[in-house]
This record gives sequence, structure tokens and C-alpha cells, in this order.
Amino acid sequence: MSAQDGSVMEGPGPGEESLGVTNGKIGMWTFLVMDAMTFAGILAGYARLRWTPDSMWPFPIDAFGVIGIQLTALNTFILICSSVAMVHVLAEQMRGNMDRAEKWLMATIGGGLIFLGIQAFEWTHLIIDKFHLLMDAGYNQNFPATFYLLTGFHGMHVAVGVIYNTIILMAIRRGRVTKDHTSTVEIAGLYWHFVDLIWILVFTFVYLI
Amino acid sequence: MTEIKAKGYLSPLTEEAKTNKWLYLKEWLCTTDAKRIGVLYLAFSAVMGLFGGILSILIRIELAHHGPVLFADPSLYNALPGFHATAMIFFFIIPAFTGAGNFVVPIQIGAPDMAFPRLNLAAFWILPPAALVTFFGFFINSLPEFGWTGYPPLSNNVYSGMLGADFWVLGLVLVGVSSTMAAVNFLATIFNMRCKGMKLFQLPLFTWSIIVTSFLILAATPVLTSALLMLTFERMFPGVFHFFNPAGGGDPVLYQHLFWFYSHPAVYIMILPGFGIISSVVQTFSRKHIFGYVLMAWSMMAIAVLGFVVWAHHMYTTGIALEVRVGFMFLTMLIAVPTGIKIFSWMATMWGGSLKFDTPMLFAIGFIAMFTLGGLSGVVLASVSVDIQLHDTYYVVAHIHYVLVAGSMLTLFAGLYYWYPKVSGKMYNEFWGRVHFWLTAIFLNVTFFLQHWMGVAGMPRRYYDYDPQFEWANMISSGGAVVLFLAQLIFVANLVWSWKYGEDAEDNHWYGDGIHLEWMVPSPPDHHNFPEPPEWKPIIRQHVSADQPGGLWHRQQ
Repeated sequence: MSAQDGSVMEGPGPGEESLGVTNGKIGMWTFLVMDAMTFAGILAGYARLRWTPDSMWPFPIDAFGVIGIQLTALNTFILICSSVAMVHVLAEQMRGNMDRAEKWLMATIGGGLIFLGIQAFEWTHLIIDKFHLLMDAGYNQNFPATFYLLTGFHGMHVAVGVIYNTIILMAIRRGRVTKDHTSTVEIAGLYWHFVDLIWILVFTFVYLI
Repeated sequence: MTEIKAKGYLSPLTEEAKTNKWLYLKEWLCTTDAKRIGVLYLAFSAVMGLFGGILSILIRIELAHHGPVLFADPSLYNALPGFHATAMIFFFIIPAFTGAGNFVVPIQIGAPDMAFPRLNLAAFWILPPAALVTFFGFFINSLPEFGWTGYPPLSNNVYSGMLGADFWVLGLVLVGVSSTMAAVNFLATIFNMRCKGMKLFQLPLFTWSIIVTSFLILAATPVLTSALLMLTFERMFPGVFHFFNPAGGGDPVLYQHLFWFYSHPAVYIMILPGFGIISSVVQTFSRKHIFGYVLMAWSMMAIAVLGFVVWAHHMYTTGIALEVRVGFMFLTMLIAVPTGIKIFSWMATMWGGSLKFDTPMLFAIGFIAMFTLGGLSGVVLASVSVDIQLHDTYYVVAHIHYVLVAGSMLTLFAGLYYWYPKVSGKMYNEFWGRVHFWLTAIFLNVTFFLQHWMGVAGMPRRYYDYDPQFEWANMISSGGAVVLFLAQLIFVANLVWSWKYGEDAEDNHWYGDGIHLEWMVPSPPDHHNFPEPPEWKPIIRQHVSADQPGGLWHRQQ
């Protein structure tokens, strides 16, 4: 098993009876089930703490302000665009145009980095200027706690995705991922779209309702 | 330096390793062969099982008489039940089944290895460090005393400020990571790497049980991880995070919801692979196809689905609404239906079969009898009004031990004896195997049966001391526990001794009655299981009585 032929393929391949996809794709899908349940646990905790009588939970508009919500909406848009760029990476790779695939992948990574940057800016702003005012006003102290946990855990996923995509980018540059390795890119795409999808849930729960 | 003579997957891979045992050891520790990783899992879980057993003996010695016996300091005692449970659940039963699955599943589905061999090795190697982290409190003498459940507020930084508690939480997160990695690997392997003819409803029931268990692990374990993450944040940054602290707007019951959302499915994670093993053992030693194969697979799925909607039956006394509790009671009792399907199907498999009472079959039958008892006391506990009386008494202890010791552990022994000839290529000592079975079966009842009575009579669990009226029963229970533990040493000694000195096993060792693919390969199997991809001739699973054509084992070629 340890023999490496320079490609990123590893391990034994599918058997005669299979689901018709690569092993790696099933691995990623099942991993995402697990990851979704982790977020489900945290979101369920959030829901339980928030939707309790007399929970003193601030409305998003009071907590973040119009500008804050709009900034995060922009951030959401950037992350979705990054997801679209990831689709283009695979599309260009399937057409065999690795130069363009590489550029789209750089756009994907850039989107993730901008997202993280805006989020870091927002966290700083909220910590320094905002949340202590909310606490002084007697709102539930778990509002910032769940906010940090949810957005932080998601941000960690974005950071992992950026690293993951960067590794793929380097592999493309070194010729280890070529137009034949679409499944490698597709699996990375699955993860990246998942992170995007989770963000839409987090954004809805934390910023919109 | 003597040459290492071993057959099959046990043989050294390189010429150098044949004469150098350090190279051979390195080969084992860095192996990506699922069979070797399976053996590593089993060896690791055996060590942790003995460790957990020693902890339980310490608990039982302390409880043999009322008043202090072994520990002058009750706080050390208070830590033991939690660590006993942690060792047994997370480091003994679950890794042991993962190990059995690693060895057997790829062969049963006709695959050369697991889908992700290196992930497999990584998942194993997370476990020993995770064990060190979890039990680190023993080295620095700072043991948390909140049991294996870790309910806040008892587990927050005010009441359990010790460092050992943080290590415990971190260790459990690591174990969760390891078992989800293994689950991802199993699912990719089973769904994608089956040999020709091995459709999903041709899979052996052990492989089916690993599928269902893997889904349970995937969906349940991360919820525990999220609860433990929240607990860690609350412990580390007490001024900022108040998830479970009512003073900061939190809710301690939330932790229990999240915890039991994992820990109820966890009991099925610990029993379903056992069900699969029993299905294999019973059919082999009855010389009949398993009765109701399709329903056996679906009932496992039903148990898994129902297992996710019953968690609040652990929380009847937390003050949740009565309507909710009654709903959970109903759903909990519903689980008895698919479980009953399994019990009766095993009995129907034996009915009219040509039974052979070798050690694996003894354990299988012992399991069916004892697990029925454990299941019935579960139905008693599921009832809201009764449970309010029995909550946190020894009745719960008796129930969980009938389900896990008489359930999971007996199935594990059945599986280990059943596949031992395949794993080692040698035969264990049948006489000592039977002695092990009878000692285990008898002393398990001596240990745990009276605990039902103690619980009903009102003896609370986890306490350092108890009312003198319970002394005679506790004395019997403690005596039984010591013999039960010593009997397990026979088992370990038997397997270790036979590994070297046992007689050579045949390929299809059990009277030639094994029908799954693991019995079609040599004992022990070769490095990549099959010289060329096998082809599975589908079984027609008709229910024919044993004296009719096709009723007995061997498929007409």
C-alpha cells in the first residue's frame, strides 16, 4: 500500500460492487455527515438557550446594528462567490484547462481569506466596542458566548478549507493534480460547499432571525 | 537471532525483518494492513479492559463492607466509577469491536484492505495518546469526581476545578475523533469495495452491524464533542461562557440533552456489532442460515433510528414536561420490538439446527439468555413512574451491567473465540475456554443479580458508603466481581499461550461450517486477503427446516 507513484491517489480502489464513485468521495460525504452533526449539536444548544422564556436575547439588529448585518451579508456573498469559483475550478479541470483551473482556485482561496479577514475585523469590533454594552444592558451573557462558538467553529472550518485548497493549488502547480484527478478537486469542492452551506445556516440563525 | 516463522499476514514483509524482531515490531506498529491494525486494536482494548477491570475491583472491595475498607479518602473512591466507565466504554468495548471489524469486514466483503489504510492506522494511533490524556489525572493526582457523565454544574470549574477534569474532557474528544475516523473508513469500505456478487443484502450480518454502528458513530459522537467543547469553554473561560450556568442565562439540562443524545446511541454502538457476531456464531454452530436475514438487517436499522429519539429517558428526574417523558417512554419501549425480533430470530436459527456447543456458541447462548434479562430490566427502567423511584440506584447499575457485561462483553468473547483460529492460525484450548465461559456466566450473575434488589431497596449508586442492611448483598457482589475478574485472566492466558503453542487451525475451522468469505481464505489470511478478487455466490435465504433439502448449511454448488 505504501508504494507511491507520484500521484495523489492512495489506497485500494472500488470493488466490483460499489456505489459507482471513488472511495474518497464516500469518505468525504460520511465525514460531512459527522461534521453536520457537530454543527447540529452546537446549533441545537444555541436554539435551546435562545428560545427559552425570559432568555433576554438581543435581536440581531440591536446587537450588530444595520451596518454590522450588512457587512456580514457582504461576507456571506463573498463566501458564496468563492463556492462558485470552486465549481469553475472543477469545470475547467474537466475541460483540461489547468491554467484557468489554477486561477479559479486562487480566486476560491482569496474568497476564503477575505471572509476570514472581514470576520476577524468584525470580532475585534464586537469585542472592543459592542458586546460589553450589551452585557451592561442586561442581555443574556450567552449571546456573545454562542456567537463566538458558532462563528469561531465555522471560521475554523473556513481556515481548514483555505489550507486544503492551498494544498490542492500547490499540487496543481507541481503537476501532481492534473486534468485526470478530477475526483481530488471534486472532494475538496464538497468540503468547501459544505462550509458555505453551514455558513448560510449560521448567518440565518445568528444575524437574521 | 532466530528467524521469525509466521504464516499469512503475520509473516514479516521484508527479508531483514525476518531476523530482526525490532524491524518486525516496527512493521506491526506502522502497518496499514487492516488485519494487523485490527489485532493492534484488540491488544490495546485488552489492556484497557484489564485496567477498567482493576478499577471495578477496587470499587467492589471498597463496597464489600460498609464503612471505609480500602480508601480512607472518599474522594479517591468517588473518581473510580467514572474512570471505570470511561475505560470500559471508550477504551475497551468500542475499540474492541472496531478491531474485530477491521480484521473481519474487509475479508467478509471480499476486499483487499480498508478503503483508507493510512487513515485506519491514524485512527488507531490516536487511541493510546487519548488514553494517556484521559487518565492523566492518575499521574498528577487530580481526578475528577463527576462520574462518566460529567454533568454540570458538578463538572464546571467551581466544583471540579482540577486539571485532571480538563484532561478527561480532551481525551474523550480525541476518542471521538478516532472512532469517527474508523466509521468513515468502514462505510467507504463496505459501500464501495464489495467483491462481485456481494450485494448489500448479501452482506454477512456482522458487516451489516458495522454499517449501522458506523452511522450511529457518525451521527452521535459529534454531538458529544460539541457538548464537551461547550463544557471546556465554560471551564476555561468561566466569565465569558455560561452555556450550562443558570446564573449567566445558561441551562444545565442542555448538557444532559446533548450528552444523552450521544450516550444513548452509544449503547447501541456497543451492542450492535455484538448482535452481528452472535448472528455469525449462531448460524455457524447451528448449521443453518440465519433466520429472517432481511428482517435482522432492518431491525438493526430500526434500533439505530429509534436509538436517536429516546435519549430523554435518562433524564426523567430533571423536571422535563410529563408529556415529553411519556412520549420518550413510549419510544423507548418500542425498541423492545426490533430487539425482540433479533432474539427470536436467533432462537429460530437454533431451532432444529445441528447444534455444536463449542466455546463461541456457549457464549452466544449465554448472551441471548442474559441479554434478555438486561433488556427486560431496561423496559422496567423506561417506565417513567418506576424510573423516578429507581433513578440513580443500583438497579440502574445492574441493568447496565447486564446489558454491557452480559451483552457486549459476552458477544465480544464469542467473537474472539470464533475468529481466534482465523486471526492467529492456531486453536485456543477448548477446555479452558469452557471453564472461562462457565466462570464468567455464573459469577456475572453472582456479581450483578443482587444489585437489582439493592436498587429497588434504595441503595444509591456511586456512593462511598451505604446502609448496613445492604452489607450481605454487597459482600456477595464483591466476591463475585473478584472471581469474575480473575476468570478473565484465564481467557487472556489461554489466548496468549495458544498463540504460540496452540494446534494449527484449519482454514474453515468450525467443522467446515463457516460460509462467509473469511472462512474461504487460509488461517491466518495472507497480506492482501485474496490472491485475486473473489466472487460471491449469492445465498438464497429461504426458510427451510433443517431436515428439508437446502435447510442445512452447505450450499449446493
